Amino acid sequence: MSRIEFKDVRHAYPPPPGQAPVYALKEVSQVWEHGGAYALLGPSGCGKTTLLNIISGLLTPSEGSILFDHREVTDLPTAGRHIAQVFQFPVVYDTMTVFDNLAFPLRNRGIPEARVRERVAEIADMLDLSDRLRQRASGLTADGKQKISLGRGLVREDVNAILFDEPLTVIDPHLKWQLRSKLKELHQQIGVTMIYVTHDQVEALTFADQVVVMHDGGIVQVGTPVELFNRPKHTFVGYFIGSPGMNVLPCRLENGQPVFANNPLSSDYPADTDLSGKLEIGIRPEFVRFGDHGIPVEIDKVEDLGRYQVVTVRHESEQIKMLVGENQAIPSESPKIQFDPANLHIYRDDWAVGARDA
Amino acid sequence: MRKTTNQKAWWLVVPVLLLVAFNAFIPLMTVVNYSVQETFGNNVFFWEGVTWFEKVLRSERFHDSMLRQLLFTGMIIAIEVPLGIAVALSMPRKGPWVSVCLVLMALPLLIPWNVVGAMWNIFALPDIGLLGYSLNSMGFDYNFTQQPVSAWMTTVVMDVWHWTSLVVLLCYAGLCSIPDAYYQAAHIDGASRWAVFRYIQLPKMKRVLTIAILLRFMDSFMIYTEPFVLTGGGPGNTTTFLSIDLVKIALGQFDLGPAAAMSLIYFLVVLLICWVFYTVMMRNEEQ
Repeated sequence: MSRIEFKDVRHAYPPPPGQAPVYALKEVSQVWEHGGAYALLGPSGCGKTTLLNIISGLLTPSEGSILFDHREVTDLPTAGRHIAQVFQFPVVYDTMTVFDNLAFPLRNRGIPEARVRERVAEIADMLDLSDRLRQRASGLTADGKQKISLGRGLVREDVNAILFDEPLTVIDPHLKWQLRSKLKELHQQIGVTMIYVTHDQVEALTFADQVVVMHDGGIVQVGTPVELFNRPKHTFVGYFIGSPGMNVLPCRLENGQPVFANNPLSSDYPADTDLSGKLEIGIRPEFVRFGDHGIPVEIDKVEDLGRYQVVTVRHESEQIKMLVGENQAIPSESPKIQFDPANLHIYRDDWAVGARDA
Repeated sequence: MRKTTNQKAWWLVVPVLLLVAFNAFIPLMTVVNYSVQETFGNNVFFWEGVTWFEKVLRSERFHDSMLRQLLFTGMIIAIEVPLGIAVALSMPRKGPWVSVCLVLMALPLLIPWNVVGAMWNIFALPDIGLLGYSLNSMGFDYNFTQQPVSAWMTTVVMDVWHWTSLVVLLCYAGLCSIPDAYYQAAHIDGASRWAVFRYIQLPKMKRVLTIAILLRFMDSFMIYTEPFVLTGGGPGNTTTFLSIDLVKIALGQFDLGPAAAMSLIYFLVVLLICWVFYTVMMRNEEQ
C-alpha cells in the first residue's frame, strides 16, 4: 500500500510512419493518496486506460516520472510494482478450474499452498464463486468470468493498488449494483487504494470518494462528487456530469459585467479577474426556473421523466435545458426564465473564472 | 394451417447429387468393384469375395510400407508441429517485418510437389548438389541414392522444409487472435514466459493446431510426388511409402484387385485415424 504520485507524465503511442506523435496523455501531475477510492471518469479515448496502464507498468510513459511512496518506479516492470489490474473484458485461463484461476497470481509468487487455499476460499466466498471452484473456468458466463478476473485482482495481499478498467461493462445491470457495492465494501475492509476507470458517471459517483475527470488526455478536475456537481472547473465537467448536463451559453462583456440576452448576470468572482477571451456562462438545469421577469424564451420540448420534467427552452438560437418538478405548471404565455446567481459559473476559454476551489 | 406438399423441390437436390456421384461415389464404387473381383482384361470378371483384402492384410510388403508410412508421418509431425509453434512465436506481431515474414513463410507452400522433389534431388546430389557436396566435403559420408539413412533424412528434411510453413501460418493466426488483455493480465498476475505459453498461447492455439495436425497427417500419409521424384522409393524399398507402393502394384504390376483392396484399406486407415484424433480433441474441449 502506498501513495502514488505522477510527476509531469506525458505519453504518446508510436505514431504511424511520417506523422508527428499525438499525445494520448498530456502532462498529468497527480497524487493518489494511500487508501483512497478514486474514479477516473471521462469519455472513450480521453486517456483513462493509458493512465491506468502507466500506473501498473504495462506502459512506460514517454516523459515524466511515477513515484510510489516517493520512490521512483518509472522503469520498474509490472511484476515489481505490486499492482493488481482488472480489465474491461474478462480474462480467464480457459484450461484451468476456477480455483486454479484464482490461485494463479499467488502461486506465481510462490505463496505456500495452504495460504493459497485460504485466500482463494475467502475471495470465492466474497464473490459467490465457492460452489463453482472445481468447474472449468471456460464454462462460465461472461459475468462469472469477470468475477474471476476481479477475484484474481483481489486475491493478492501484497498489492499497492487495485486498478479497475471499466470492469462492469459486460455484467448484467442488477449484478452491477451488487458487485459495485461489494467493491466499495471491500475497499472499506482492506483499505487498499482503488482506482476505477469508467465513462459512466453514476458508477464513478457511487464508487469513489474522489472523482478524477479526464478530458482530451488531461485531468480537468479532481473532487468529490458534490464538488464536481456544484463547482465544475471546466465546461466539460459541467456537461459530462449531471443529467442533463450543464447549460453552457455564450455571453458578452458589458461594462466589465457578463451579459446574456441583455440580462446582466451576477456571479461571485474576484474583481480583478481577467475576462478576455471566449466567455461563457454555465448553469445547471436544476438552477434554472420560470419567473415573472427575466429572459424571454420559447418552449421547444417537455420530457416527463416521472419525478421531474426536463424542459428545453430557447432564447434566439440558444437552447437551455431546465428541470421542473413534476407538479409544477409550465407557463404557456410568454415564459421567462431566471438563473440562480449562487449557482452560476463564468468560464473563460472553458475554464472557470476565479478561485473557486472548494 | 395445412401445409402444402410439393415434392418438386426434390429436383433442386439433383445437381448436388450428380456432383457427389461423379466426383466421389462412382469412382469409389469402381474401386470397390475391382477389389472383390479378378479380371484378365476384356471386361471379363470373376467373383473373388474378400480374397484380395485377406491377401493384402497378410502381405509383409504391405506391413512394411505401412510401418514406413507411420514412421514417416510420425517423424514429420513430431518435427513440424513444435518447430512451427516455435517459429510462429518468434515472428513479429506488428510492424513492417510482419509482411516480410509472412511472404517468406508462404513461399515453400507455393512450390509444386514435383518441383520440390526435383529441387531437393539436385540440392542433395553428393557430387554436384550444394547440400550433398558440402556434407561430403565436411567429412560426412552422405549419399541419399545409396544409403537408407541418408535417403530418409533427406526425405524428412524436405517435407519439413516444404510444410512447416503451414503449421507456422496457422499457429501465427491463432496467436494473433489473442487479445492484448490476456498478456497484460498475465503480466499483472506475475506469470512466467512458460506459464504464458502454457496457459494462454497453447490453449488459444489448440483449434488451429488440431487443424494443422490433421492436415499434416493426411497430406503426409498420402505423400507421393516428392519422395517419388527424390528417391523413387529407394534405395531398395526403404522410402517406398504406401502410395508409392500402391502405384507400383496398380500400374507397375497391373494387379488391379489387390491394388483396389489396398486403396480401400488405406482410405479406411486415414479416415479412422482422423476420426479418432478429431473426436479425442473435441471431447477434451467439451470437458
